[in-house]
Amino acid sequence: MSLEDVFREEWGRSVAILARATGDPALAEDSVQDAFATALERWGNRPPRNPGAWILTTARNRAIDRIRRDRTLARKTELLARLEQVDVPEEDTSVPDERLGLIFACCHPALAGDVRVPLTLRLVGGLDTGEIARAFLVSEATLAQRLVRAKRKIRDAGIPLEVPAAHVLPDRLGSVLAVLYLIFNEGYSTIVRNELAQEAIRLAKLLAVLMPDEPEALGLLALLLFQDSRRAARLDANGELVLLADQDRALWDQDRIAEGKRMLERALSFRKPGPYQVQAAIAALHAEDEPDWPQIVALYCRLAELAPSPVVDLNRAVAAAMAEGPEVGLALIERVSGLESYHLLHAARADLLRRLDRREEAAEAYRQALELAESAAERSFLERRLAEVTTA
Amino acid sequence: MRYLLLLANTEERIAGWEDLDADGRREAMAEEIPKWNAFFDRVAPNPVGGLQLDLPRTAKTLRDGGLVTDGPYAETKEQIGGYLLVDCESLDEAIEVASQVPVAATGSVEIRPLDE
Repeated sequence: MSLEDVFREEWGRSVAILARATGDPALAEDSVQDAFATALERWGNRPPRNPGAWILTTARNRAIDRIRRDRTLARKTELLARLEQVDVPEEDTSVPDERLGLIFACCHPALAGDVRVPLTLRLVGGLDTGEIARAFLVSEATLAQRLVRAKRKIRDAGIPLEVPAAHVLPDRLGSVLAVLYLIFNEGYSTIVRNELAQEAIRLAKLLAVLMPDEPEALGLLALLLFQDSRRAARLDANGELVLLADQDRALWDQDRIAEGKRMLERALSFRKPGPYQVQAAIAALHAEDEPDWPQIVALYCRLAELAPSPVVDLNRAVAAAMAEGPEVGLALIERVSGLESYHLLHAARADLLRRLDRREEAAEAYRQALELAESAAERSFLERRLAEVTTA
Repeated sequence: MRYLLLLANTEERIAGWEDLDADGRREAMAEEIPKWNAFFDRVAPNPVGGLQLDLPRTAKTLRDGGLVTDGPYAETKEQIGGYLLVDCESLDEAIEVASQVPVAATGSVEIRPLDE
């Protein structure tokens, strides 16, 4: 087992255990970081027999040192006593995984929405601040500052590092799932940030393992697996965007699809539908050789009931165009409101107008989409289409 | 940890209360008191402290070290009418207590952890 494997496996766990014991995620993080730095110096090619226990013990001792050195700390004795009590399991046992509590703390609604994503990546995933800053295109100093404030807030406001009570769980789980989905989408939107998408899948798997009775956690995992299965087919050799219908299916990752289907089936067996399960079911239908469009339209209708949003209405319109023809889709798109500045609305409208051979209107819609699109791959796709409809 | 719960009501509700005559106030109180009793019985049997304030119009604010102005310190849509000081295990527990305070349904409750 390499140090990197140990890091992946043990980072979040050790941070979670020490954060829970001290109520102070920053102290936990610094101590675990120290422990890995020491491991790097000492282990060489021979990691200890139980690397997780080694890391946790070393990190705990570092935390104790740090607290002893702090002259002003009022709760010194109490904190030291609690750290002394931290159990270091001799073997990997089935102790409840403390990472779950840490995830819920990082996604707590009392924290600003824009800090939950990087905080989860840092404390649970162990990504370093520089990596996260680059992925989200913010300066490292800005991000570090935000993370410091968030960790301080967890400590000072007493944000609990545990799984919330049953009556608030559905709400709070929603916030966790939203954070993981955001991480994935951030990684999925460009190739260079693929590692974020993989990290999101890893965290979603962790959540699904830790909460095996939550169908929505399984639903999210299934959804991410289906989307990720198409990663290699999404862009062509020149980095140009390839639409789902035009993708080379041979490039789809069949293992991912099979895993997604297994997760979706397990989720559906609870008979407690939710928005992530429905989206995963739609993604599953897209993975079939001949997508069942009427069924996809029906699922979008269900999704619109569970989680109404104009983006869902837009997707339903696109699916309806496939099931019943471009006129029907176009009529539905005209009724979508609130997406005037969303480039995909104009791109979808343009596509349907193109298929109806209303070329001038199509060109106009492509231009509108181009004005709003940001990603280079999407812009170049739209430019190609615009050129097609404007040449006779 | 100890949390200060600042209980605020909307200007409309405060004005509504001021407009009531003595009988009206008695009736309104008769409706409110059981809710508070239930809250203290079930949710916060042992608050560390708590007081109800007089109406916001009785407030005076000392500003810039000397200038006394009439009224509460900030012009907002909601005004503080009282506070509770509670000892809770975590922010989630404090949120739970705050959500059960009778004014939470119509006004707002600001939750402030003490710096200690």
